[in-house]
Amino acid sequence: MSYIEVRNVWQQYGEHLVLEGLNLKIAEGEFCTMVGASGCGKSTFLRLLLGQERPSRGEILLGGQPLVAEPDPSRGVVFQRYSVFPHLNVLDNVALGLELPHAPLLGRLLGQRKRAAREHAAALLSRVGLGHALNKYPAQLSGGMQQRLAIAQALVMKPKVLLLDEPFGALDPGIRKDMHALLLELWQETRLTVFMVTHDLTEGFSLGTRLLVFDKVRVDPHAPYAYGSRVTYDLPLNSARQPAPAGRILQPQPGN
Amino acid sequence: MRLLNRHPDRSTRLMLVVLPFALLLCAYLFGSAQRLAENPRDKLLPSAGQMGEAIKQVAFTEDKRSGAYVLWQDTASSVTRLASGLAISAVAGLFLGILAGALPLAGASLSPLMVVLSMVPPLALLPILFIVFGLGELSKVMLIVIGITPILARDLEQRAREIPAELRIKALTLGASTWTYILRVVLPQLAPRLLISLRLVLGSAWLFLIAAEAIASEDGLGYRIFLVRRYLAMDMILPYVAWITLLAWLTDWTLKQLTQRAFPWYEGGRP
Repeated sequence: MSYIEVRNVWQQYGEHLVLEGLNLKIAEGEFCTMVGASGCGKSTFLRLLLGQERPSRGEILLGGQPLVAEPDPSRGVVFQRYSVFPHLNVLDNVALGLELPHAPLLGRLLGQRKRAAREHAAALLSRVGLGHALNKYPAQLSGGMQQRLAIAQALVMKPKVLLLDEPFGALDPGIRKDMHALLLELWQETRLTVFMVTHDLTEGFSLGTRLLVFDKVRVDPHAPYAYGSRVTYDLPLNSARQPAPAGRILQPQPGN
Repeated sequence: MRLLNRHPDRSTRLMLVVLPFALLLCAYLFGSAQRLAENPRDKLLPSAGQMGEAIKQVAFTEDKRSGAYVLWQDTASSVTRLASGLAISAVAGLFLGILAGALPLAGASLSPLMVVLSMVPPLALLPILFIVFGLGELSKVMLIVIGITPILARDLEQRAREIPAELRIKALTLGASTWTYILRVVLPQLAPRLLISLRLVLGSAWLFLIAAEAIASEDGLGYRIFLVRRYLAMDMILPYVAWITLLAWLTDWTLKQLTQRAFPWYEGGRP
């Protein structure tokens, strides 16, 4: 059964055609990695999935319903930079996601509920290896730790889809390897549907269960923006990998 | 070593800080002594002793007519006006800045309006304020508010715009509404910037206060300076100016300390 369906999506900015005739069916729990040259539209596609932009033509369905055309808690996101709030410490960065939906007036929970939110956030943070840094501000963390925080922050919402825009692009290779391991573990525990844009082909092949290559099929050298990208390769990968039994912390809990 | 790469060490730095102040003071005392030697009744550059006498008169002697200590009463009046003006401007500037900077729909009308309104010279509006609000406290406070609110609002609007789009999107994916986004993301991120902006407009705020007091007032530091000007009382004017400068500097220092204490994450998150 397809969970996300992309139906004939085109994206165009003025004369500049970025994506043309995109058709995809993605099953629930798939880990899609997206690669391609700079400017090939893979980040544009991610923004469409996020609801940050609307497609010029066509539509995207999530679970049979048209995608909400503005970012909402059904989709989590991790950017390469600026993913975490500099004015909140590590704990509150994650607890924020538990507070906002339940406090429409104050934007914060009080008393017992606040304590519960913080405990939940702390448990998730120790799962991603930040248990020792709960009271630090993001500026005091290394790049890798900031991205761990950003991932925890996205996961605490239990989104249906996790969108990653070159999340490890700015990290050095050793740290990047740790992050890959963490991400795979979390994916296996949560069985999330993941979309990840990357410039690193190896990363694309080793992490994904499906690799999407974005490229232009037609190129007019006199009018470089006349044609957009399509998905030129759509490769199933790592089919032996099975989702592990869901972990305790990340398991969807009734009533949440 | 190139000049570019030479840094003062601790003691040199202290010396370099004190040096210009000491030079200015020496230059004054020297000039004053010279003029007084030529003409003991010279009023332009009073000696330290003459100024000390004047300070004693206004700060530690009861006024014969009103029974008050003039300097302290002037200070209390001026500081009250200044603080009210700054507080109202801070709230108004924050409100307008967030509205214009965070909400594109509001910004579309507010931004151009604020640009134009901030070009109106506040002192040119002073007569209107006196006509509308009378000669009491309100018009003086309003002059400060009108003078600095546009500056604060435009600065905060700019800072609100500079909050990365990624953070806005992140907040939305964490379940924020427009209101809670402003409350939990925009407001706390602008708070330290507000304190910094307040420091920058402090000089203007004093300028407007003294202008208003000079024209229509019955007390206040600005009023006193302009009153004793009639008698060429430099021995009083100079200490008053120094006192105002000290007050302004102390306010600036307090705001700076407050920014560092209250917002440790700002400017690189100190532990």
